[in-house]
Amino acid sequence: MTDQAVAGEVGREVGRARPRKEDARLLTGQTTWTDNIQVAGMLHLAVLRSPMAHARITRVDVAPALERPGVLAAFSGADLAEGLGSLPCAWPVTEDIVLPDHPPIAVDEVRYAGDPVAVVVARDRYAAADALEAVEVDYDPLPPVLDLEAALAEDAPLVHSDKGTNRCYAWPLATGESFAAVRERADVTLKRRYHQQRLIPNAMEPRAVVVTPLAASGEYTVYSATQIPHILRIMLATVTGIPEHKLRVIAPDVGGGFGSKLQVYGEEALALAVARELGRPVKWTESRSEGYLATHHGRGMIQDIEVAATREGRLLGLKVDLVADMGAYLMLVTPGIPILGAFMYPAIYKMDAYEFRCTGVFTTRTPTDAYRGAGRPEATFAIERIMDELAAELGLDPVEVRRRNWIRREEFPYTTIAGLTYDSGDYEAATDRALSLFGYDDLRAEQRARNERGDPVRLGIGVSTFTEMCGLAPSRVLRDLRYGAGGWEAASIRMLPTGKVEVVTGTSPHGQGHETCWSQIAADVLGVPFEDVEVLHGDTKSSPQGMDTYGSRSLAVGGEAVHRAATTVVAKARKVAAHLLEASEQDLEFRDGVFSVKGSPEARRSIQEIAFEAFTNHDLPDGVEPSINAEHVVDPENFSFPHGTHLCAVEVHTETGWTRIRSYVCVDDVGRVVNPVIVEGQVHGGLAQGIAQALYEEAVYDDEGNLVSGSMADYLVPSAPDLPDFVTDRTETPATSNALGVKGVGEAGTIASTPAVVNAVVDALRPLGVTDVRMPCTPERVWRAVREATA
Amino acid sequence: MTHITVNVDGTTYEDDVEPRLLLAHYLRDRLGLTGTPIGCDTSNCGACTVELDGASAKSCSVLAVQADGCAVTTVQGLARNGELTALQRAFHEQHGLQCGYCTPGMIMAARDLLRENPHPTSDEVRHALEGNLCRCTGYQNIVRAVLAASGQQDGSGPADRTRDASGQQVTEEVTA
Repeated sequence: MTDQAVAGEVGREVGRARPRKEDARLLTGQTTWTDNIQVAGMLHLAVLRSPMAHARITRVDVAPALERPGVLAAFSGADLAEGLGSLPCAWPVTEDIVLPDHPPIAVDEVRYAGDPVAVVVARDRYAAADALEAVEVDYDPLPPVLDLEAALAEDAPLVHSDKGTNRCYAWPLATGESFAAVRERADVTLKRRYHQQRLIPNAMEPRAVVVTPLAASGEYTVYSATQIPHILRIMLATVTGIPEHKLRVIAPDVGGGFGSKLQVYGEEALALAVARELGRPVKWTESRSEGYLATHHGRGMIQDIEVAATREGRLLGLKVDLVADMGAYLMLVTPGIPILGAFMYPAIYKMDAYEFRCTGVFTTRTPTDAYRGAGRPEATFAIERIMDELAAELGLDPVEVRRRNWIRREEFPYTTIAGLTYDSGDYEAATDRALSLFGYDDLRAEQRARNERGDPVRLGIGVSTFTEMCGLAPSRVLRDLRYGAGGWEAASIRMLPTGKVEVVTGTSPHGQGHETCWSQIAADVLGVPFEDVEVLHGDTKSSPQGMDTYGSRSLAVGGEAVHRAATTVVAKARKVAAHLLEASEQDLEFRDGVFSVKGSPEARRSIQEIAFEAFTNHDLPDGVEPSINAEHVVDPENFSFPHGTHLCAVEVHTETGWTRIRSYVCVDDVGRVVNPVIVEGQVHGGLAQGIAQALYEEAVYDDEGNLVSGSMADYLVPSAPDLPDFVTDRTETPATSNALGVKGVGEAGTIASTPAVVNAVVDALRPLGVTDVRMPCTPERVWRAVREATA
Repeated sequence: MTHITVNVDGTTYEDDVEPRLLLAHYLRDRLGLTGTPIGCDTSNCGACTVELDGASAKSCSVLAVQADGCAVTTVQGLARNGELTALQRAFHEQHGLQCGYCTPGMIMAARDLLRENPHPTSDEVRHALEGNLCRCTGYQNIVRAVLAASGQQDGSGPADRTRDASGQQVTEEVTA
């Protein structure tokens, strides 16, 4: 039986709008957040951080902290240096990349405000925090490095003086014709510069880590608010020298991540080092303001983008030159984030030439790394913004200019100029549906009327026809991109003697609802009740093999692994059933969890009965092992390519600069859907974060390199009144690269929505002469843009 | 140390506490009532919202000594004998939570709203929850949940309907 054939049979559970089984504990306060964990004898760790962006450390004296009540130990960077290696960067994108040493705690130089310089260990969290102020540190200030382009100048001060340059890497890609050649024959070329401001991910649960040592055997259990327990285990072994098999990493309930917990953090290594040093359990929990300095940021790029096109609006070529802010150090996948975007600038469009270059630059700011979308939102923003500019330049409707360039439904599978093969999609269907739900023509008419009467409140309409690559990832593609690991995912199914089922997954959910969705998939394939399935995850002891959760990969790779493992269980059970029913395997039907012999429906065995038969092993066929359990590791054959059309209408008050989102419609195609409730929720949340980048959020630094937006009071995470109701719908073209037909959804809303909103703001103001507003489009920026354009 | 007597979720506790101890930390670290999480240090996020003598309060902004003699209700005190409250049920049915970290605070804040305004509009719900941040849901399903708990929407899940741009409900045409 092929996977496809099984997929054809599922459907009782898959596709059903199941409320989540995770909710019961979350709604009643029975959740296990890492900070909830209390262990006998547990000590609290607090971290003293650099108040300066860049300085030489001339003296650290932790002795005065030891005098404080409740303090048991304190360590400088030098005290801990011997037992701690460099924090890892797993994605050295070029052969000649500059890879600076990244000690978990600074020893002689601090390179961003927030860099750890000392730790204090005390009996409670208040005592630990108090004692930090007793630690004495002398700094010799060094010049901050903040401007991305100035940092590349010959005489620029250096973030890592031993490296002789602030340039981390230069990564080029050129495909098709040369851009210069197509520019020659183009009727129109447009060049724009866009700024991707730095963002702070803001998972609602702050990071936390608890380490419990077992000195007798040298074993350590690390509880961490992480997206990546499996990767973390490997990396902590290399950083601390504790053998991997002596480390157990548990991601208990984790309160959001959005990429920020896809990391190997200094504090995780520090807590482990201190627990090893003291032989005592240790907890560290970040405060929110501390997290703003110490948890990685996202985005942070300057994008120069140029398109060449015919006067009919057909794209001939695209050229992109990026400068990307690495921050002070390379963290787990820092250098690779802009490279994920490299393949997405051509988006859904056909063209003859594509040139891309990214220069990674060190600055004295908090390191950057993955934040929801990771490279693809930036790419989508730039191409979707300039498509609107191209439409305006040619006097075409922005939907029409896209229509003239996109890959038509009959052209799939389609290999793009960037070399990706999009397996499926239907941009026409998604767009037509979105236009209809949005009332596009009526809104355009209202816009014209407002413009004609000079209404101070202008209406703007923004379009974003996005796609993205997710479901990380085919391992060989990752190899070619110099990524340090594979992109497979593991699952196993344990058929328990009482007929219940355990699904063990290598994915590590933190809000996505894997317990529900994986139960749906397994219940369908095995024909068992949804309630009889338990999903085990996030513990390297119970789910020893996994590549964790990020990059909208979990369903397309991990869910597929569950599906295939369950399919193998059925195949193994079939052999036993044939034996018990004295029939050949070919004569058996399997339906709703029951094997029966074709033509004699009274001869039946349920899969639960067969699980029990396997358990007793009293009457299995010769040579058949007494287990119908199965495991499967899936390495995806391709990325998944969700797409959709997002339309945003804004009202912009030209006298106050105030922007109000009036309506937001999106039609997403995420392939086959396992649970539409969860898919809609993922889209909503994604939209909120993308809209937040467009209108509200920015990590602001002053000229000295201090984070000005350093608390939740200063950084505008949108609250309920800041966001509209969304109208969401779906079209469905199944993915062909997995048997479930699914595509990722976790990042889609974020990737699509930012350009839709900014395009709408600019569209509202274009009649006044405004051609761009830098993000976030705050009232002040909008007001200034209007003033400058109309001056 | 100051001696306090606090009733939390129906149980009376007596403790000697440092005057500076936050109620949130008293609940979590001293009483082990970890159902109330802490999400920030500037009283912006609202994750730690509880009821203090019947009115919602951010427990990170209240000292434990200020709760002396008070009755505190946390999210752990809502369900009785396994029976969820209407708000808890509505959050579940409307998918008003994802990671769930903000959920205790959202539910406590929404209780406060519904006590004062049993039939709020969607806008009123949004404004009432302004002090509670969620990073996962985009708030729409939280608003739906609060409206549903107030009896203003049917109990069907969010996937069963979609709305056009004018706010009219239409039948979802595309299903898996």
